[in-house]
Amino acid sequence: MKESTIMKIHYGTALASVGLVAVHILMRLTTGFSDSLSYENVLANYRSVPYVIMLELILILLAVHGFNGLRVILLELKQGRVYEKAVSYGVVIGMIALIGYGSRTIIMTNMGMV
Amino acid sequence: MAQVSSVADEQPPNPLSTTKSILLRISRFNPEFDETNKFMEFTVSYEKWTTVLEAILDVKKHHDHSVAVRYSCRQATCGSCGMLINGKPRLACFTKISELDSNVVTVEPMNNFPVIRDLAVKFERLFDTHHKIKPYLINEDSEVDSDEKEFLQTPKEVENFIQFANCIKCGLCNSACPTMTTDSSFVGPQALAQAYRYVADSRDKGKDSRLDIIDESHGIWRCHFAGSCSQVCPKGVDPAMGIQFLRGYLLGFRS
Repeated sequence: MKESTIMKIHYGTALASVGLVAVHILMRLTTGFSDSLSYENVLANYRSVPYVIMLELILILLAVHGFNGLRVILLELKQGRVYEKAVSYGVVIGMIALIGYGSRTIIMTNMGMV
Repeated sequence: MAQVSSVADEQPPNPLSTTKSILLRISRFNPEFDETNKFMEFTVSYEKWTTVLEAILDVKKHHDHSVAVRYSCRQATCGSCGMLINGKPRLACFTKISELDSNVVTVEPMNNFPVIRDLAVKFERLFDTHHKIKPYLINEDSEVDSDEKEFLQTPKEVENFIQFANCIKCGLCNSACPTMTTDSSFVGPQALAQAYRYVADSRDKGKDSRLDIIDESHGIWRCHFAGSCSQVCPKGVDPAMGIQFLRGYLLGFRS
């Protein structure tokens, strides 16, 4: 993939994350901040399908943005063909693992398995 | 008697002479023998028009001829005498001692360049990256063959790139760039500014190939827009601006 395409995704995920995280934070304010973080309230959030979709989107956006940011930092830190390939594959694996684990949590909670 | 002699030795005051002296600290380093650099100090007299290069050449002439320094034109045209002067990348021939406002002037080789000896550095990386971005007009038509004889440009078309054509390849921008310090494969502000110089030239048809060259993992996207390259350029080129314009092409804001 071209670096410009990767960076377009990087900037796009950043902008989208800001918007969705803002909605996420505003939702905390609907019931009072501390109440919104109570165990039952959090579970209730996970059972709401639109909210779950938003959480899943935030997870994907932040994972893509964050791991690409990590790739950029690591590429600037050290150079070398083998190292750079390891970094590129490593961040993709890390990204997939994080999205997989986060999605598992979201889906299991949504289905009442927690 | 002594008083008489001292009066006789006194020079008549010269209203034009403003001779003062500074302590010139020159970094000495020979990679073949030394592990780290050391500074040699010389007291050098100067007038208000004396440049740092002239002070270094004075040291070479009168104190230590073994000081290694690269220079040529002495008028900020050849780009040979770039060095750190009191910590900032500057051309030694274009920096007057009186402007530094300091009694101590420290000269060191430029950052981000391998040192050959003392103040002289290798330019291979800069020339390689400069060459990589195809620093010439790409156009299948030739001014020689064309009926019109020349590629005409409006003043506005010239204005798009002319400041970037002032680059003298002195390397000060690359020396000031923080990304060049950490990323040994980064293409650098000098080459990126030159890429923009040709991309923005209405006579050039090589935009896509140049954008492909700089659109890689150690290309234009590694610039953090610190802007130090533009601050140190002795010719008024603004590489940071050129880099942002190039990003505009790659992001689809410019065509």
